[in-house]
Amino acid sequence: MVKSLDDKIFNGVVYVILGLCGLAAILPMLYVVSVSITPFGEVLRNGGFILFPSEITFSAYKTLLTESNIPKAFQITVLITVIGTAVNLILTGLMAYPLSRKNLPARKFFLLMIVFTLLFSGGLIPTYLVVKSMGLLDSIWAMILPNAVWSFNVLIMKSFFEGLPEELFESARMDGAKEFRILLQIVTPLSIPVLLTVGLFYFVGHWNEFFQAIFYVTDRTLFPLQVIVREILMQSQQPLENAENIMPTQTMQMASVMIASLPVIVIYPFLQKHFTKGMLLGSIKG
Amino acid sequence: MEADQSLLPASRIQPTPQKRLQAVLRTAWRFRAFYLMLLPGVIYFIIFRYFPMYGVIIAFKNFAIMDGITGSAWADPWYKHFKEFYQSPYFSQLLSNTLLISCYKLIWGTFPPIILALLLNECRVRWLKSIVQTLTYLPHFLSWVIIFGILLTLFSQNGGLVNRWIVEAGGESIPFLTSTDYFRSILVGSEVWQNLGWGAIIYLAAMASIDPTLYEAAKVDGASRLRMIWHISLPGIQSIIVLLFILKLGHLLDAGFDQIYILYNIQVYPVADILDTWVYRTGLQQLNFSLASAVGLFKSLIGLILVLGANRLAKKWGEGIW
Repeated sequence: MVKSLDDKIFNGVVYVILGLCGLAAILPMLYVVSVSITPFGEVLRNGGFILFPSEITFSAYKTLLTESNIPKAFQITVLITVIGTAVNLILTGLMAYPLSRKNLPARKFFLLMIVFTLLFSGGLIPTYLVVKSMGLLDSIWAMILPNAVWSFNVLIMKSFFEGLPEELFESARMDGAKEFRILLQIVTPLSIPVLLTVGLFYFVGHWNEFFQAIFYVTDRTLFPLQVIVREILMQSQQPLENAENIMPTQTMQMASVMIASLPVIVIYPFLQKHFTKGMLLGSIKG
Repeated sequence: MEADQSLLPASRIQPTPQKRLQAVLRTAWRFRAFYLMLLPGVIYFIIFRYFPMYGVIIAFKNFAIMDGITGSAWADPWYKHFKEFYQSPYFSQLLSNTLLISCYKLIWGTFPPIILALLLNECRVRWLKSIVQTLTYLPHFLSWVIIFGILLTLFSQNGGLVNRWIVEAGGESIPFLTSTDYFRSILVGSEVWQNLGWGAIIYLAAMASIDPTLYEAAKVDGASRLRMIWHISLPGIQSIIVLLFILKLGHLLDAGFDQIYILYNIQVYPVADILDTWVYRTGLQQLNFSLASAVGLFKSLIGLILVLGANRLAKKWGEGIW
C-alpha cells in the first residue's frame, strides 16, 4: 500500500499524541519511584527534577519496613485482600449461576433485589449502625463483609454464564450431575476469564481499602496500608520551617506510596486482556 | 411474578389456589439447589443492603444510641432534621459544591476519553497501541491515597516539583492543594488523569463494531483519514456517547466522596465540601446520626429520581442498540 504524504503526517500526529498520553500516565509514577530511591541531597541539587538518579539508596524503604507501622499494615491488607477476594468470588459466583438460568422461578425478583441496591441505598449512617449492631466494629470483618458482594460484579458474571452453551448443562444433567457439581466442575473451568476480571476488581478494591477502615475501625493495629500511607502523607501538610527536613520526609512518603501501589501495578498488566472484555460484558448488559 | 406463571401448565381451566400453590412449590422444589446457592448472597443483601434501608427511619427520629433504632423517639415534626438542614447555611454551599464539581467532571471527563479512543482506533502500529492502552488504563487501579501522594510530590507548596520550578524561575510558590482557587481544578484534573484510558475502553469497543466496508468505500472515494473520523467513526459511536452522558447525569449528586475526602483539607472546605463528606463528618465524627441520615436520605432520594429519569431517557435514546 502506498502511503500519501497526508497519511504520513496524520499518522505522525496520532503517534505523537498517543505517546504523550502514555507518558502523562506513567511519568508521575516514575517520578515517585525516583524520588523514593534518590538521596535527598541530589533531589535538592537538581531542583527536584530527577527521573534517572545517578545514585540509588533504599534507606527510605529500609526505615519504613523496620521502624514504622507499614509491615503490620501490610499484613492486615494482605489478610483482607486474600480472605475478602475469596469470600467475594464464592458469594458472587453462587449468586450469578442460578440467576443465569432463565427458567429459574422468581429469577426476576432476585435480580430486582440486586439491581435496586444500585439505585438506592440506606446511606452511610444506617449502614454503620448495622455493622455496629452485628458486633463487627474494630474487626477485620468490618472491612470484608459490608461489601461482600458488588451488585455490578454479579451482573457481569451472570451475563458471562448466560453466554455458555446450554447443551453443556443438558448433557451434564443427563449424566446425573448435581447442580453444585456442574457449577464447580463444568462452569468454573470455562469461566476463568470472567473470574479473573471480577477477581481483579475485588482484589483492587480490597488492596485499596480505605473507607471501611476509617468508618468502622478505630483500633490502630487493624489499620490497612492505605490508611497508614495517608497518615504518613499528611505529615507534610503542616508547613515546615526548614526545607532540609522536608526532603527526607518526601523520600519516605514516596517510598510508602510505592510499597502501597506495587502489587497492583505488578499484577494488573497480566490480567489486562481479560478485564477489558469483562468490563464490556457488564456495562452493556448491566 | 411472571416467571412462576410461565412454568405452570397452560391449561384454560383455572386451577384452585391450593393446586396452584402446590404446583409452584413443586417447581420451586425442583430448583432447590439453585435457591441454596442464592441463599448466602441473599442473606448478605438483606443484612447489609436492606437493613440499612430500614435504618433510614432514624432520619425521622431523634436517634439516641442507647435507645436503638426502634426505641428512639420520633422527631417532632417528622421533618425536623430535613428542615434544620434546609435552613442551615450548609445547604446551599454543599448542594452547589456537589453539583459544580460533578458538572465539571462530567464535561471534562467526557471528551478526553473519546479523543483517546479515536486516536487509538487510528493507530496502525500494534505495539504502540497496546503500550499506550496498558499505560493509560493503569491509573484507574491506583487508590486515591496513592494519587494524593503523587499530587503532593508534584504540587505541594513546600517541596512540590512544580513549585520548586516556579520558585527557581523567580515566582511565588502557589498553594495548589490548599487554596480555594485551585482545588477544584486539582479534583477535576486528577479525575481525568485517573480515568482517561479506562473511559476510552467502551468507545474503542463501539468503534470495533463499525462496519469496515464503510471505511473502504470512503477510501475509494478519496476521503482523508480526518474525514473518515468525522463521518464514520464519530457517528458510529454517537449513540454510545449520548447514552453514557445521560447515564452519568443520573449520578450528578455523586461528586466523588472517596477522592474529595482523601484530597481535601480544612482550608478548601468552602469549595470542596460536598453532601457526602458533610454526612460523614456530621454523622460519624460529631455523632449527629439523625441529621446526617436525613441529609443522606435526601441525597439518595434525589439520586434515585435522577437515575430513573436518566435511564428512561437513555432507553428512549438507545432503543436501537440496547
